[in-house]
Amino acid sequence: MQRIKTFLIAVALSAAAPAYAAGGHALTYKFEPDSGNIQSAQRGARNFMNYCSGCHSMKHLRYGRLAKDLNIPEDLLKANLMFTSEKPGDHIISSMPAMEAAKWFGQPPPDLTVETRMRGPAWVYNFLMTFYVDGAKPAGVNNLTLPGASMPHVLMDLQGVQVKVDEKAEGHGEEGHGGGHHAGPKFELVQPGKLNPEEYKKFVTDTVNFMHYAAEPGRNARISLGYKVMLFLFLFTILAYLMKKEWWKDVH
Amino acid sequence: MAIVPNPHKTTGLLGWIDDRFPLTKLYKDHLSEYYAPKNFNFWYYFGSLALLVLVNQLLTGIWLVMHYKPEASIAWDSVEALMRDVPYGDLLRYLHSTGASAFFVVVFLHMYRGLLYGSYRKPRELVWLFGALIFLVLMAEAFAGYVLPWGNMSYWGASVIINLFGAIPVIGNDLVIWIQGDYFPSDATLGRLFSLHVIFLPFVLVALVVAHLIALHEVGSNNPDGVEIKKHKDPKTGIPLDGIPFHPYYTVKDVVGVGVFLIIFLGIVFFAPDGGGWLLEKPNFTPANPMATPEHITPAWYFGSFYAMLRAVPDKLLGVLTMGAAVVIIFFVPWLDRSPVKSIRYKGMLSKIALTLFTISFVLLSYYGMQPPTPVGTWVSRVGTVIYFAYFLLMPWYTRAEKTKTEPERVTHAAH
Amino acid sequence: MSNQGVDPDRRRFLTLSTTVVGGVGVAAAAWPFLASLKPSERAKALGAPVSVDITHLEEGQKLTVAWRGKPVWVVKRTPEMVASLAKVTGELRDAASAEPQQPEYAKNEARAIKPEILVMVGSCTHLGCAPTFRPDHPAPEVDANWQGGFYCPCHGSKFDLAGRVYKGVPAPLNMAVPPHRYVDNNTILVGEDQGAA
Repeated sequence: MQRIKTFLIAVALSAAAPAYAAGGHALTYKFEPDSGNIQSAQRGARNFMNYCSGCHSMKHLRYGRLAKDLNIPEDLLKANLMFTSEKPGDHIISSMPAMEAAKWFGQPPPDLTVETRMRGPAWVYNFLMTFYVDGAKPAGVNNLTLPGASMPHVLMDLQGVQVKVDEKAEGHGEEGHGGGHHAGPKFELVQPGKLNPEEYKKFVTDTVNFMHYAAEPGRNARISLGYKVMLFLFLFTILAYLMKKEWWKDVH
Repeated sequence: MAIVPNPHKTTGLLGWIDDRFPLTKLYKDHLSEYYAPKNFNFWYYFGSLALLVLVNQLLTGIWLVMHYKPEASIAWDSVEALMRDVPYGDLLRYLHSTGASAFFVVVFLHMYRGLLYGSYRKPRELVWLFGALIFLVLMAEAFAGYVLPWGNMSYWGASVIINLFGAIPVIGNDLVIWIQGDYFPSDATLGRLFSLHVIFLPFVLVALVVAHLIALHEVGSNNPDGVEIKKHKDPKTGIPLDGIPFHPYYTVKDVVGVGVFLIIFLGIVFFAPDGGGWLLEKPNFTPANPMATPEHITPAWYFGSFYAMLRAVPDKLLGVLTMGAAVVIIFFVPWLDRSPVKSIRYKGMLSKIALTLFTISFVLLSYYGMQPPTPVGTWVSRVGTVIYFAYFLLMPWYTRAEKTKTEPERVTHAAH
Repeated sequence: MSNQGVDPDRRRFLTLSTTVVGGVGVAAAAWPFLASLKPSERAKALGAPVSVDITHLEEGQKLTVAWRGKPVWVVKRTPEMVASLAKVTGELRDAASAEPQQPEYAKNEARAIKPEILVMVGSCTHLGCAPTFRPDHPAPEVDANWQGGFYCPCHGSKFDLAGRVYKGVPAPLNMAVPPHRYVDNNTILVGEDQGAA
């Protein structure tokens, strides 16, 4: 029994490993996507279409799917979200030709359909929050989450201009609790944008919630089906166990 | 011409079939009159569960092939399209990807059971050998399947594993090119791995599973006491006194195991199909890119132990040979164990220590195989590799040197 | 083995209920597999309604568009052609379009929303060949009383200018009229019913 216990503890330890491994790359802000918040994802879809889709495609997501999952009526969809296409069955393609884009930015802007599954939603949130002024860069801005990012700060208009202070703490930013807790380097807004910091945070939260949805549109359906399946399996297993007990009364 | 009536005296449609095909005979031989020891414990669930997972992989696999496109430029897109455009496509894929890991979980536990109770000992050597072959084929099958989504992790995983063959002197480099069918893993490589994954290897796997079961049912199941139930039979019926018919007793018991297993398995499928990056690796959410290696290449968790051994050896060829030997040595277990008793219950202290060390080192190897290389990891892996091989290679010595307990005549079983 | 403590009723009940619940589970598990065979979102997107501009379609002409992998014909019939429909009624198998080969709004003699515009799936109801448009008449080699129509070269099935099948030919049914509606006077949306949106 002792051996089995040791074994199980070892298994439990190795199962706990991913959390440990994932913490390796320190992020400044803590962020948890809210997949249940449809309104937030709706606003995020609008943000994405207005600020991101000019350069970034979501070539595996169809407009119609988005409208259905996020409860957006077709007329609103066509008026507010569909800029590059007529048909709801079409994929979300950016209007920028990839070859041209590669010339302008050094590389074509990546497709963002499953970006949050590759980097994690918290990474994307941090990326959009941590642009800062850096005179050494050709575009005048740098990004703390992706240093040397070739993407300009498209949202500077909204966020305003921030500078990085407190360089010393850089490098071991253990995330705080709750959105927006600063750890590691701090940012100081030197020129306010159209949105105040709270509004900007909400803007980015909505956008990332939408991207989190887009990375796996079936997520909510999968989870709700999962609860039903679990309920069924518990019932089945209890019945099967009682049946087994009954039959095994024969075995002495 | 009159037909000789079948010995089961069945009539009607069943009788008609039994006159021509051994349906009732198969049912009796393998279920209702297959007598299994009555003292099976927890460890004996994993055989039937492996069969369940095999069926899951075959069925979901057949369905995935309907939508997957084995062409390098569209393979990744076809997987993403499958998960979005096909009704329940995401579920089918998660069942398959999680099923691959579940397969290794149950197979590892199933093999571990064999080591615990000496299930490989005479007359069950072939049962073990077929099982070891299944494990080998399963590794090849899992590797080929891992490559098919053609994400960046698939690509670099394929590149690393195929390059292992490059360690072979003289022909290595040509061999790698021949295996890839190109100078780098490409559409040609994907095509052949697809063919192997969906046709050849599943065929071999199913055939080996059938052979494994036929061999098992020929010699009868071992049990936690490692004593032969056939030694004590009812003089009138010829049925082993400690045997119970597989059906209904073990079918109803295995159904409970299936229920518990499905709660865990489907819990992962429905609520955590990525498995925190263990089951679906994050770098695989970007298509294969021969120009950019992911920051940290890890093998699938079930190859972690073998991968750790590869890295532990500071020589390419020796590392590859060590990794190969770690699998090959499993085949020799039936002849390495020289103990007078089968089960760990009656073996001596040396065997118990050896198995404990083996268990710990296997788990540690699996863990460090998935971590980025560190000095600590390398040293733990080296010690672990030595213990792994020592467990097998010293087995002829420690199983004879130790003092064993006396096996009971009959199995120990307390009715519940 | 003895039978002490065994309750046969309880055993029968538990076995039966576990079997039934398990059977329900297996049936439910089969559902995703079967449902996945339905047309995918891709197929649905490709099968979306097709818009046809008939501004430049001359009288007596036929144009073809693809909808869900099938040819859909749009024919602008002359008044004479429309009038000819009544002349062949006696020779048709289903002159009143009783069989559900058209939407309710096309269940009339012209089998159309506007009598002069015929919208029809261009495949023969026998084995799916594409019939030839034969507006010319008389054409004794086709039929003694030919008023113009569609003739299938594969097995000789004949249809009038509304796609209604003649008696005594292999094709059993009138040719199909797909769901369609007028977006405006000169634009037809094939694949969407009248009154839908």
